[in-house]
Amino acid sequence: MFAVAATALLATLILLLARAVLGPTVFDRLLAANATGTVAVLLLAVIGFLAGRPDFLDLAIVYGLLNVVGTIAVLKFFHYGGLGE
Amino acid sequence: MSALLDAASWILLAAGGFFCIVGGIGVLRMPDFYTRLHAAGVNDTLGAGLLLLGLILQAGWSLVAAKLAIIGLLLFFANPAASHALAKAALARGVRPVLDGEAQPSKR
Repeated sequence: MFAVAATALLATLILLLARAVLGPTVFDRLLAANATGTVAVLLLAVIGFLAGRPDFLDLAIVYGLLNVVGTIAVLKFFHYGGLGE
Repeated sequence: MSALLDAASWILLAAGGFFCIVGGIGVLRMPDFYTRLHAAGVNDTLGAGLLLLGLILQAGWSLVAAKLAIIGLLLFFANPAASHALAKAALARGVRPVLDGEAQPSKR
């Protein structure tokens, strides 16, 4: 059953990757990257259960934190034209 | 009881995967940046919530369940903030939403 969820998440990753390649504006690509980060966190959690090694959950937590910080930093750059001083 | 929990967690995992795919299709197919943002919200709330709930049911009362709850809270608070910042930055940089009249000019 974990394999089904992991397959669904991989299919979602392919769809999001297509939007990141096609996206007309930089914000479309950024939206796809952010959603990719969320799906990657979920995929890490599911793979942890699939492999019987729940240690992957720590990686998922770190990945989620990095995803948020990265998205906000890039958005601030495109909003104000710089990271501020 | 264990079989019941297993069945419930399987249903939740399948529903979470389904909603993740729905969100991905929405992000790919929607006509506009803001509608794509709306579709990505399905991914962040329903997909992530149901998947993590299913995994928590599989984990039982343990540290693993606590970590899954932490991940859920993190996504729950961080993703709306990221979506808000995305929409605000896009609007400030001049990405206009596609309105109904512009999409179908023959109706006017």
